[in-house]
Amino acid sequence: MTVNSSISREELQESLETRTVEHTHDEAANSMFGFIVFLLSESIIFLSFFAGYIVYKTTTPDWLPPGVEGLEVREPAINTVILVSSSFVIYFAELALKRHNMWGFRLLWSTTMAMGSYFLYGQAVEWSSLHFSVTSGVFGGMFYLLTGFHGLHVFTGVVLQLIMLVRSLIPGNYDQGHFGVDATSLFWHFVDVIWIILFFLIYIWQ
Amino acid sequence: MTNTQIENPKILLETHHHPPTTWKTYFTFSTDHKVIGIQYIVTSFIFFLIGGILAMIIRGELITPEADLVDRTVYNAMFTMHGTIMLFLWTFPVLVGLANYLVPLMIGARDMAFPRLNAVAFWMVPVFGIILMASFFLPGGPAQAGWWSYPPVSLQNPTGNLINGQFLWLIAVAISGVSSIMGGVNFVTTIVKMRAPGMTFFRMPAYVWAVFSAQIIQLFGLPALTAGAVMLLLDLSIGTAFFDPAKGGNAVLFQHFFWFYSHPAVYVIILPVFGIFSEIFPVYSRKPLFGYKVVAVSSLLIAGVSGFVWVHHMFASGTPAWMRIVFMVSTMFVSVPTGIKVFAWVATIWGGKLRLTTPMLFALGGLIMFVFAGITGIMLSSVPIDIHVNNTYFVVGHFHYVLYGTVTMGMFAAFYHWFPKMTGRMYYEGLGKLHFWLSFIGTNLNFLPMHPLGLQGMLRRVSSYDPEYAFWNVIASIGGFLLGMSTLPFILNMIGSWVQGEKAPDNPWRAIGLEWLVASPPPVENFEEIPVVISEPYGYGKSEPLTANLEKQELARDLN
Ligand code: HEM
Ligand SMILES: [Cu+2]
Repeated sequence: MTVNSSISREELQESLETRTVEHTHDEAANSMFGFIVFLLSESIIFLSFFAGYIVYKTTTPDWLPPGVEGLEVREPAINTVILVSSSFVIYFAELALKRHNMWGFRLLWSTTMAMGSYFLYGQAVEWSSLHFSVTSGVFGGMFYLLTGFHGLHVFTGVVLQLIMLVRSLIPGNYDQGHFGVDATSLFWHFVDVIWIILFFLIYIWQ
Repeated sequence: MTNTQIENPKILLETHHHPPTTWKTYFTFSTDHKVIGIQYIVTSFIFFLIGGILAMIIRGELITPEADLVDRTVYNAMFTMHGTIMLFLWTFPVLVGLANYLVPLMIGARDMAFPRLNAVAFWMVPVFGIILMASFFLPGGPAQAGWWSYPPVSLQNPTGNLINGQFLWLIAVAISGVSSIMGGVNFVTTIVKMRAPGMTFFRMPAYVWAVFSAQIIQLFGLPALTAGAVMLLLDLSIGTAFFDPAKGGNAVLFQHFFWFYSHPAVYVIILPVFGIFSEIFPVYSRKPLFGYKVVAVSSLLIAGVSGFVWVHHMFASGTPAWMRIVFMVSTMFVSVPTGIKVFAWVATIWGGKLRLTTPMLFALGGLIMFVFAGITGIMLSSVPIDIHVNNTYFVVGHFHYVLYGTVTMGMFAAFYHWFPKMTGRMYYEGLGKLHFWLSFIGTNLNFLPMHPLGLQGMLRRVSSYDPEYAFWNVIASIGGFLLGMSTLPFILNMIGSWVQGEKAPDNPWRAIGLEWLVASPPPVENFEEIPVVISEPYGYGKSEPLTANLEKQELARDLN
């Protein structure tokens, strides 16, 4: 194969005379960046569901299934307050960890877990008291899809928190870095923000 | 100073040990981006062949006006699976495969940011491929609702079984979505965080820019499709009412979810091919890429605009007039950054010292066919024309000029161009040229007749037609079979050369770019020392030509 070239000798020489370095990349920073990109992407799934909800809500003639008056707001509102507060608690847990206050971290972290679990419990109670199902028209489908998909995220968050708690019991584990804790906490805030939008869409805008 | 990124000659000489990859490596869970890249490419090529066989059946059916080869449900399954396989198991994974191979090398990284995630994302491809193929063996056969799976057609379930072709189709698409999102996270992180020192954004090759833009689309478009697919799956399996008009649902909403992703998805496919063109034309014309920065930024611009054009697929779906106009204008706007790219390539080739090697031929052929596809695309974006030819063979002709003429031809260009790098062997030029001419003639014979057919009113997705359409259909079928045959010299060439081709030098094309600085094939760690990049890419032909055929290593030694 004949190959012509017209890079000038000087040019090549010039470029050959550069340095090389040993270049390292910060793994935790990469992971955190990747995780944020992932969460941005995931928020599009929720936004799609929300967009669908708004379209259905504004265009469906018989929005609520027959015999259903609307949703009870009181209990979900209490649940919302608990979930939103847990975002503050987890923030302080992370802060404690940064100050190497391990017991403070474990205490606050477990409190977050308890609040998250209570949220799930509250939602289960609500689900079992409702008089419509996932097949009750578009409303039923949307209600269970949104709360269920969000609930799945809360559940995932609690499992992640449990893993991080267990890992914190191993001495020295979080001395170097704690990407897992930071990511879990970011995820928790994310799930929380999604819930606030969801709460307004489903419960307040009836 | 325009030359790229070439570092200490010592490295050129010392990375020459052989990589510990044998053929067995390719069947293992490897985390090396180069192995994963080739795993992707080979896997998707196998599916390309399967999709091709289905295409042969489709063209066989259409060679006569009567439906006499397969019956109608089988025919429906054929075009549904053909489209699905070609998109989800050929174009998407093969482009990801190439990008996997090239991006870390091109930006001076040792691997992707998350090597294990990368491997997991790859292994999901054969998994969903097999799930999709399994539907051939189910009672009732594979999905029949076309690759877009519009409800209420996709909600029909004549067999009454929960596990039917459509169900497996949705599961497969969902897995494919998860795998692509993992890939997107990995690529975006790699490109943002892992570039070698000195490799600023405006020193990245145009191909890396293209992959970056395409993966951003994946990350922000795919979740919408996934949302729609989940809702359709629930409708199909547990009887929710989202898209079922009979239960008060809204079938058109599915079309929005679908096209909100699937239109931008065409840019996920085409942008990396634009990137390939931008790498290949400068090398074989010995000229810098004309307007490099503009070409690079236009990729991002296309990615951005592509999020606002999806409704052009729904002009005929009862879309209100004001919306049609908005989306007609936004669609036409995409042709601006696209046109800029075409202009830049033509300007790059213009007056260059062309070397018509196989990769260059494929890239030139692909460019010619893309220009044609662009023209028919702009025609389609105008509402009055679209209303006329919507759902006819005109549309099929348009997107096959894109998907075969441009994307698939562009991929072949890339395979030949980087084959010596990937395998350390040269391919056979004669077989390559034969492959090119068969593909080029075959593509045009196959897809050009679809335009007059569509204008005359032949609908797509039909297994029988009025005899007045017979003439063009016969020509299209002959072209189709020619295209089917064209893959044989390619397979022969690739296998033959890999096994016993002439040994390839590290930089057979005298190309500029970090990937050409390492040995062929590259060692596992890519770069022993990470290079420091000192200038923009594409510094070809700035000054007097060097003597032909001088190896870069020798040159490096000379200069030392
Ligand atoms: C200049 C850029 C392009 C324009 C203006 C354009 C425009 C259009 C329009 C308006 C349609 C809808 C026709 C109808 O349904 O009646 C269409 C269909 C299609 N286009 Fe393009 N397009 C462009 C580029 C591409 C690219 C780059 C690809 C793929 C790589 C592509 C693939 C497709 C496919 C697959 C369809 C058919 C979808 C279906 O109906 O199943 N197009 N195009
Ligand atoms: Cu489109």
